Amino acid sequence: MLEENEPEWLSEEVKTGTTILAIEFADGVVLGSDSRVSAGASVVNRVMNKLSPLHDKIYCALSGSAADAQTIAEVVNYQLDVHSMEIGEDPQVRSAANLVRNISYKYKEELSAHLIVAGWDRREGGQVFATLNGLLTRQPFAIGGSGSSYVYGFVDAEYRRGMSKEECQKFVVNTLSLAMNRDGSSGGVAYLVTIDEHNTEEKVILGNDLPTFYDQ
Amino acid sequence: MERRCLDAQFKGVSTGTTILAATFDGGVVIGSDSRASIGGEYVSSKTINKVIQVHDRIFCCMAGSLADAQAVLKAAKFHLSFHSVQMESQPQVIAAASVLKDLCYKNKDELQAGFITAGWDRKKGPQIYVVSLGGMLISQQVTIGGSGSTYIYGYVDAKYRPDMSREECLQFATNALALAMGRDNVSGGVAHLVVITESGAEHIVVPGNKLPKFNDE
Repeated sequence: MLEENEPEWLSEEVKTGTTILAIEFADGVVLGSDSRVSAGASVVNRVMNKLSPLHDKIYCALSGSAADAQTIAEVVNYQLDVHSMEIGEDPQVRSAANLVRNISYKYKEELSAHLIVAGWDRREGGQVFATLNGLLTRQPFAIGGSGSSYVYGFVDAEYRRGMSKEECQKFVVNTLSLAMNRDGSSGGVAYLVTIDEHNTEEKVILGNDLPTFYDQ
Repeated sequence: MERRCLDAQFKGVSTGTTILAATFDGGVVIGSDSRASIGGEYVSSKTINKVIQVHDRIFCCMAGSLADAQAVLKAAKFHLSFHSVQMESQPQVIAAASVLKDLCYKNKDELQAGFITAGWDRKKGPQIYVVSLGGMLISQQVTIGGSGSTYIYGYVDAKYRPDMSREECLQFATNALALAMGRDNVSGGVAHLVVITESGAEHIVVPGNKLPKFNDE
């Protein structure tokens, strides 16, 4: 009778139920994510940056179990540092994606995280790789996380090859905003990272500055 | 083989589906895909029409269990024609939606069916009503349903405007159906669309190869 109902967030797994995406444009890539981390129905962090650097010009976007995703990113960050010292130059994006994929595949039964890897290197320019479930595939754009289901139609319809950097950023912000409006596990602010040959730019767009749509 | 039969026995033929309805200036467009599947593995019909006429200017789309939806619609058609005889006039769209809602709510433990009702009547013009699984009834300007609808929430939110013309709305509905059918494996086939206005109802079928293509590589 004297049951103590402990708060949910003490026992529920912490997930970055989320919306993440990465898209390639002529000279680089743009990555975007929301900022909500939930444990069951509680939001335990409303401003988490899910875009994690793996190297100067290679970032990854985290989704799924927060702990698993962060750990994979940290391990790959270390492995890439070692690798880039060994080869004496900046690593390729494909190498980073391969390292992520190797961990995701080897431990696929234990881990539950999906990382999208994107960046710029001298050989192939901007590239986006999806590593879901341990596969490795290069795509013009990739979306992931629980919120991505709601925007498959939108990105299918709106994506065009050869967009400019500004058009890409706008596309990412629109997509994030639409997904955050429909997915209970996505929300907060939008983080954007733009990587090209010359620099890596991080940006935050606060909730009230996000685009709104016909029913808001 | 055995698993497929078991699924059919327990789950029945279900319309994993995509349905939608949208109002425009002067009318409403209601549409659906045409695939019926068993257990998500076997397509039992490639060309089923999920847009059913319940009265001259009132159409319904069904989602959920095909058997339940067909049975409910049959009963609703009867109720509605009786009601229209009693009132000596064309039934209002909300009458059709209410009949469906009553059936769904009172039998909520046995049924697994949801509906989108769209039509035109003289009192309120073009309207759309949604009856959900448990029997909730709400009115919306644009609505989507079925398993395939998950993938087009973003598209519909971004692209729908309440003041579109008939052609723009038709194009919007066709695009949305095509996008959902492209991502959902239990939606597919042809797109059935019905345009309902004051002057009547027009049924348009867009075969699979004439649907708009998006970045299909």
